[in-house]
Amino acid sequence: MMRGESLPSAAASFFGFARLLRRHAFAIAPEQVTSFMQAVALLGPRSMNDIREAALATLAPPPDRRGEFEVHFRAYFYGDAKPPIVGEKDDETRIKDDHGTRQEENQAMRQEKGGELSSALEQLSSRDFQRDPDGFGSFRRKLSTALPVRRSFRTMRTRSRGTLDLRRSLSEIVSADGDIPAPLLRRRQIVPRKLLLLIDVSGSMKLHTADYLNLAHAAVQGAGRAEVFTFGTRLTRITPALRIRDHEQALARAAALVDDWDGGTRMGPTLLAFLSVPRFSAFARGACIVILSDALERGDHSDLETAMRRFSARAFRLSLATPLASDPRFRPATAALRALLPLLDDLVDGSSVKSLADFILSLARPAPAAEAIWKRVS
Amino acid sequence: MTRADAIEVAASPEAVVTRLAASRYLADDSLATAIFLAIRLGKPLLLEGAPGVGKTEAAKAVAELLGRELVRLQCYEGIDAGHALYEWNYQRQLLAIRHAGEHEIDIYDDRFLIARPLLQVLRAPDQRVLLVDEIDRSDHEFEALLLEFLSDFQISIPERGTIRAATQPIVILTSNRTRELAEALRRRCVYHWIGYPDATREAEIIMLRAGDVAEATARAVAKAVQQIRARPLAKPPGIAEAVEWANAATILEKGGSPWPEAFRRAIGVLIKDEEDLSSIAPELGQIVEEAMG
Repeated sequence: MMRGESLPSAAASFFGFARLLRRHAFAIAPEQVTSFMQAVALLGPRSMNDIREAALATLAPPPDRRGEFEVHFRAYFYGDAKPPIVGEKDDETRIKDDHGTRQEENQAMRQEKGGELSSALEQLSSRDFQRDPDGFGSFRRKLSTALPVRRSFRTMRTRSRGTLDLRRSLSEIVSADGDIPAPLLRRRQIVPRKLLLLIDVSGSMKLHTADYLNLAHAAVQGAGRAEVFTFGTRLTRITPALRIRDHEQALARAAALVDDWDGGTRMGPTLLAFLSVPRFSAFARGACIVILSDALERGDHSDLETAMRRFSARAFRLSLATPLASDPRFRPATAALRALLPLLDDLVDGSSVKSLADFILSLARPAPAAEAIWKRVS
Repeated sequence: MTRADAIEVAASPEAVVTRLAASRYLADDSLATAIFLAIRLGKPLLLEGAPGVGKTEAAKAVAELLGRELVRLQCYEGIDAGHALYEWNYQRQLLAIRHAGEHEIDIYDDRFLIARPLLQVLRAPDQRVLLVDEIDRSDHEFEALLLEFLSDFQISIPERGTIRAATQPIVILTSNRTRELAEALRRRCVYHWIGYPDATREAEIIMLRAGDVAEATARAVAKAVQQIRARPLAKPPGIAEAVEWANAATILEKGGSPWPEAFRRAIGVLIKDEEDLSSIAPELGQIVEEAMG
């Protein structure tokens, strides 16, 4: 690659800007830098705004990182001191996706500015998971075949039980010069449904989160399409970390990603935040959603109810696994649970990983609705 | 229109704005710059944004600006090469073989080739603009196929050899961002994120697009819609819905409903989700009143 120093001085600054963005974990390819310079030349540039527009169009920062991009742009081309990223209110749920580096960056900036900017509502801490309770091997192996299935739009060749594959049959006939050999058949493929695990990492779930993460790791490894999120006061997507095959490494990465271990819960707002990201809510559509939480929402639960209603409208099957249900005297009696019960397909015991793993493996089998089961019990 | 003409039309971002306005599309400077760069750099243009912000309309306007025909490829889950590139007309081939009898016949002739959107554009890059709509709905396999097409602008047909575009075609891709597109695809393209327009621009758009809506109505609608979008709705209203709302309210008003009432009664064309409707209903009166005042 060309070094910045060997470029003409006018071009070097554009190259330098691209490098600055790369250092901040923006994915920018060499060809994009070339286009950026071409674009600047094409536009004149008559003003700083032209350069900004060219950068936006060619370097293509993701929309959710636009603010950060603007800050870097101003800092680089105008020489502004880096201001803290604005627009983050405390009551706004923060969503953390793949880009772990970026959030830490913001965090550092916020701290430099002074203590009053960091949120007083959240108690952030980190945790490490070093224990290795294996034994998920059979769960992992069974999972790929145990999930519920749907018929895909893709077809596959088949020898029996299918419809006529006109395209292939006719091309066969054409290549056989008009002779008609046996007709070829095709059938729509059967694909496993997506699995979405939402793990509560708040303080009240402290005893179980480690087990849940182990289970989630096995699920991501075993299922074709699984996504795992943690929620407490924030929402964090930890699927990329759990894709790492090595168990300990994956869990260490996941533990580092999550900022809100053992803090409070804001279940309703975080789940709504999940649904407000189109990419995530599209994943929830037609998926098996398992929420691992005690559903102890402080205060008003109307947000939680709205979120669960939306989930249940999207999901193929919506299940809530709560550790409280291990107690034989447990009844869904809290106001929040009573409101949620009609929306749930399953309300099951989430206290032991064993029962939870068995439950996930049984998702494909039909079961009576949660409301019917718990009505019988009480 | 040849490439030289296209460059002439897109002489500067300002020229693009003017020409787009002539095709009844109001673009902001940022979008115009992206279109200008896409044409001049000869790269595909990737437009992302929430549903209903006018991505497809932008593509139509670009085709009109260049005086070219728009070829639209609507993506969906399960779309494959047979729908996007080409397909042989087997029935006709079969008939032709029967009909030819002892004579020799080339069954891989142009007559038997059904050109799908990508091939259509490749054959006449100077007369067509390709729109690949809602690419986020297709699956990853198709994205890879498209990537190959966009990098070389050629299609290989085993029976016929490779077909290349004489000049670089203009391609516009749109995405609702329901899933993240492959980085490689974003990298190849000139990128633009279309957001909702501000109230002034939206009022202009409503005036332009709606039938006979008074300016005051358009302004009120734009203001109210801005307010409504700020609420946490499952489906925030798009520009098309705002235009419809202005139209519907105007019709109701002519039918005898007084002003704030007409807006309230026409709300069904703006918000099409029962849950959203019930959550916005208590505040609607106030929003409309403020917007009108």
